[in-house]
Amino acid sequence: MPRRAVGTNVLRKEGVEKVTGRARYLDDLSFPNLLYGRTIRSTVPAGDIAAIRYDFDRTGFTVVDYHDVPGQNFVALIEEDQPCLVEKTVRHAAEPVVLLAHEDRETLAQAVVHIDYRATAPNYDPERSTRSFKNISIDKGDIERGLAEADLVVEGEYRVGHQEQLYIEPNGVIAVPEGSRRITVYGSMQCPYYVHRALKVLLGFSDDQVRVVQTETGGGFGGKEEYPSMIAGHAALLALKSGRPVKLVYDRVEDLLATTKRHPAVIRHRTGVKRDGRLTAIDIDAVFDGGAYATLSAVVLSRGMIHASGPYRCDHVRIRGRAMMTNTPPNGAFRGFGAPQSQFAAEVHMDRVAERLAIDAVRLREINAFKPGDTTATGQKLGEDCSALAVLREAVKRTRFKQKRRALKGTGRGIGLSLFFHGSGFTGSGELKLGSKASLALTERGANILVASTEIGQGTRTMLAQIAADTLGMPYDAIDVNDADTKVVPDSGPTVASRTCMIVGRLVQHAARDLKARLGPLTPKQYLRKHGPLTVTAQYEKPGEISWDDATYRGDAYESYGWGCDVVEVQVDPVTWQVTPTAFTTVHEIGRAIHPGLARGQIEGGSAQGLGYAILEDVVMRDGRMANCQLTNYIIPTTLDTPAIDVVLIENPYPRGPFGAKGVGEMPIDGPAPAVVNAIRHAGVDVRDIPATPEKIMAACASR
Amino acid sequence: MRFTLNGKRASVRAHPMARLLDVLRETCHLTGTKEGCGEGECGACTVLIDGLPVNSCLVPFAQVDGARVTTIEGLGGKHPLQHAFVEFGGAQCGICTPGMIMAAVALGPKPSTPEMQTGLAGNLCRCTGYSAIYRSIRAANRGTASLKARTTTGRKKR
Repeated sequence: MPRRAVGTNVLRKEGVEKVTGRARYLDDLSFPNLLYGRTIRSTVPAGDIAAIRYDFDRTGFTVVDYHDVPGQNFVALIEEDQPCLVEKTVRHAAEPVVLLAHEDRETLAQAVVHIDYRATAPNYDPERSTRSFKNISIDKGDIERGLAEADLVVEGEYRVGHQEQLYIEPNGVIAVPEGSRRITVYGSMQCPYYVHRALKVLLGFSDDQVRVVQTETGGGFGGKEEYPSMIAGHAALLALKSGRPVKLVYDRVEDLLATTKRHPAVIRHRTGVKRDGRLTAIDIDAVFDGGAYATLSAVVLSRGMIHASGPYRCDHVRIRGRAMMTNTPPNGAFRGFGAPQSQFAAEVHMDRVAERLAIDAVRLREINAFKPGDTTATGQKLGEDCSALAVLREAVKRTRFKQKRRALKGTGRGIGLSLFFHGSGFTGSGELKLGSKASLALTERGANILVASTEIGQGTRTMLAQIAADTLGMPYDAIDVNDADTKVVPDSGPTVASRTCMIVGRLVQHAARDLKARLGPLTPKQYLRKHGPLTVTAQYEKPGEISWDDATYRGDAYESYGWGCDVVEVQVDPVTWQVTPTAFTTVHEIGRAIHPGLARGQIEGGSAQGLGYAILEDVVMRDGRMANCQLTNYIIPTTLDTPAIDVVLIENPYPRGPFGAKGVGEMPIDGPAPAVVNAIRHAGVDVRDIPATPEKIMAACASR
Repeated sequence: MRFTLNGKRASVRAHPMARLLDVLRETCHLTGTKEGCGEGECGACTVLIDGLPVNSCLVPFAQVDGARVTTIEGLGGKHPLQHAFVEFGGAQCGICTPGMIMAAVALGPKPSTPEMQTGLAGNLCRCTGYSAIYRSIRAANRGTASLKARTTTGRKKR
């Protein structure tokens, strides 16, 4: 029997390629006769295009505008509102209007295109917007009754800004035409089948006329969920018109200016509570800034609202959320997907409630935290996989939170805490609609995993191979993982929503069981010789007892949830107003860690990204466009900004997860921002708006 | 321009004001060195010139005349740091990794944590939160990175 792979830190499948420079990212690829592409973008936030003038010698150039779209001119995702190329009306600055390609990058860069506009008045305020992309209502019990039962009602308003994913490899694709009726797109992406579908709609092509191949991808964090469909469309249009391969790679400025970011939001809480700390009512109103087009706003809002009341028991809950249109570049997927925004508000508000009650912040959470058997805001009954109290108690004990809370009082330092949860997989009936598939093909030495789930740094290949190896009873090294190439792999759904391990991992496990049964006593080599090639496929099936009603937003929003608790210590500089996190502990319950090292990597990285969200990362919007679209002035955490991150994994295997696993990718970014802001409050400064920059800290101090 | 590239004498024709990054990637076909920002902020393009780390996106090619240039390819895949970055999770998406490893080479033997923090402050990583990078560097210096899988498990729920 080979050594078990699950639960051990086996070597990352593509690790050697990555440390030797041999891993091939998109910009490392080239093709004969390659052209370079360039996108000409709108310079106004709202208006109509009056004229386009090309002030350059067009010899050797390929020029594409919306007239060149052979299929339907929109980026196929949820709504059909976002054009691939503007026809007449501009809804945001940096919107793509015209595409150019040329074989010489210098010549391409020097081409001048003038666009004249009839500008209209832009709106940047989601609260004043009259156009809603999505409204969500969640009701449990009777909110008025809950408020009437309260001894005290505490209100609060909380704001979060944009955040840029800031993958270190910018967005990029290469489109390679075969004649005029077939195209292959290589690219840095999370979801090859999203791109595949978008290209079919844009080009009017059938399934087999489009092939999408993910290249080694230098980070995604949601930023390569939907946007690659746009850039792939652009490169494909240029390639089909020129008949030559076209490389379209954004530089950092263009990537920051044009691509999606985390939704800003304003979230208001009204909480009814008994003197003894029991919650009687949670009333939440949230406005998310969707930007100019719908993209994924509806589902970001949905996840945000389902998590909005935090991991707390309450009989009377009313949640109202809306995602509104503004004249700014569309906001979209970013790790956490609405939950970091809504749980920031929930957890900062929880400390405000404790303050008003003059009750200990930990005690208030202990009284109200979900236990197995409690029901969530959508009426989901939680099972034994609920670990809210376990993570809270471990974090409090490990950090000596209560002692430090007393000791640091009045020192200019502070310690804060956040308790949070995160649903694994698509929301509600989403997984059923996806109907994802995973295949395993028998090889001479073992098996090859065929999935569209992408490796973007998180360890997809490694983790899925561990699951397959142990299920098959084969060594880890006998398992290969195919490139995510739509010509070869089935649609396993997108690589998002903390779903790859729990959902796709389970499909791989099912396929492996099937393969093992068919092999019987034969070795792969013997089987292939005797019976020829063998590929087995597993498809998602809804676990029987799960139910969800899209119309009423009632039921089991997610199969299972992960649970987390963060504790942060901060120093607030009384001269510069700079906040420095000096210690960070995070306790995570993620079912079972398939690869503890990779899981820890997700938690450490997500925590650092969350610390950036809390205090550093400030997208400055001026006239509807990002004013600081460079790494010089959009600041992400460096080594000097990131404290040591103490990670504790508590295992509570989820029976339906592969080997007990739940999702892990997103949850780490839910907790840091509220913990930091609660620590700043403990240090004596009341901010309710992130990023908590020195300017905001100074303003909060001046107003007290 | 004549210079030493990864231990071998090289004679390369390119514009003297071309970015060293482009000359390495496009003229010399050494694509291990990456571009993340093009303005010297992210460090993905870090290479060594005469043993010192530089952002190759900010170095005009003329400046390497007669110098020793070392890229990730020059480490040959056997360097203890390369082993350790695979084994201890220092590489996730891998795009910052070549630059990070070159910057780590320049730290010299047995750097302290503050020395690592200062020496790597010009190299951005969005995946790891840097902790696994420090663990990798420490392991490389201890000589414990063996490219063999180790067994650890998470803690049991009590």
